[in-house]
Amino acid sequence: MKNQVTFEKSPWVVHFNCNSCNGCDIEMLACLSPLYDLERFGIVHVGNPKHADVLLVTGSVNHRNARVLKNVYDQMPEPKAVVALGVCAATGGIFKDCYNVLGGIEKVIPVDVFVPGCPARPEAMIDGILQAARKLDEKRRKLPVTKAEQETISFTAPKEDPKPVPAAVDVIPAADPLNQKIA
Amino acid sequence: MNSKVSLALGAVVLAPVVGGFIRGLDRVITARMQGRVGPPLLQPFYDILKLMRKEPVVVNRIQVTYAILHLMLMVLSTFMLVMGQDSLMLLFILAFSSLSLVLGGMSVRSPFSRIGSQREIVMMMAYEPILILVVIGFYLVNGNFQIQAIYDSTRPLLLSMPLLFLAYLTVVMIKFQKSPFDLATSHHAHQEIVKGLTLEFAGPYLGLIEIAHCYEAAFFLALVGLFWTPHLAIAFILMAVVFVLTIVADNLCARLTTFWMFRFMWTVVLGLALTNIVWLYWR
Repeated sequence: MKNQVTFEKSPWVVHFNCNSCNGCDIEMLACLSPLYDLERFGIVHVGNPKHADVLLVTGSVNHRNARVLKNVYDQMPEPKAVVALGVCAATGGIFKDCYNVLGGIEKVIPVDVFVPGCPARPEAMIDGILQAARKLDEKRRKLPVTKAEQETISFTAPKEDPKPVPAAVDVIPAADPLNQKIA
Repeated sequence: MNSKVSLALGAVVLAPVVGGFIRGLDRVITARMQGRVGPPLLQPFYDILKLMRKEPVVVNRIQVTYAILHLMLMVLSTFMLVMGQDSLMLLFILAFSSLSLVLGGMSVRSPFSRIGSQREIVMMMAYEPILILVVIGFYLVNGNFQIQAIYDSTRPLLLSMPLLFLAYLTVVMIKFQKSPFDLATSHHAHQEIVKGLTLEFAGPYLGLIEIAHCYEAAFFLALVGLFWTPHLAIAFILMAVVFVLTIVADNLCARLTTFWMFRFMWTVVLGLALTNIVWLYWR
């Protein structure tokens, strides 16, 4: 079971726009077009976080959609990865000093891959998505195993402590001037 | 009798493999038609293997029952088809299989899931009469409902049931979820009703539904082959032609509305099927 690549061969993505200007969204949808063709990697753009493995987020998060973003992230089954597309999702981009912008989605959910650019180029996005897909197999290996799986593994490999997946980062309270109690 | 049972069991094991190849070929041909490269041929198998390794997330426990029921009834229908049993019974088992998926979609409180289930019910109302008429056509040609009689006959069914074959082609397009009938779980535009029917299924349970889709793909194409049983080679050519036609129609047509589909099936297609039945009855 050591070198399984099932997630790398079939990462399903869901896309979420958090306060973005839509530039990165359009470039991401361009990835699905015949010129860049995400489907040749087995990537399917599902509309539903419950079916997805990789969450693609564009835009710098604001106070309102921080809660929605966390909700979408929580609905995805393990193992999951997050790709921040564009500079806004990484650090807040050119909107960093605005009063409503939290400054990058890492303030709300743990991010695996950052794809900088304004807008990020489709080739860079594909590279980022595939890197996140490769991380998924590792995450699957580290998930807490059931008793049945543990008994199988103990025949083949030396025992190691299964580490739980780190929890999502909470919103920093200081960035909540409107007191909207983002939980 | 024993060799037939072992043949049927072998078919039950092979059908999802064949169905997976059919779906993979479908995606590659669709991609090439659209000027893209497309996924590798084995992609449906990679998808199912990945889904089995995801965390199981369900809203309620009854969903699991419905997903398993959907798969098991499809397995049973494949078994019955290869054993050559009663086609009317086969139709009921198929209806139960689709119904359990509909009930699975209805058992959650998501409005998208309910819309998907309601659309699937309208789709069933649209294609079930056609399937019943096809089975009645089998009876009028052979004298009984057994599929074994079709396997044993020397005259191809297509010659006595041409219009019923055309009517059955639309049923194949509906079951393959191809445009213009791409409605209940929106095979291609996932966001239209956020994947409708299969919305709240995730992980291994979605994997079970995907395996059932592979069975369905193999099953409904096998029913196409039933229309020319004396020469197996021609049956396979017929299946290949119907398969390519389905993909071409998918790429040509836009997705239409549920009630357009219902009106179309109950006027044009039902008219075709009934004409054939009346002709078979009076000859």
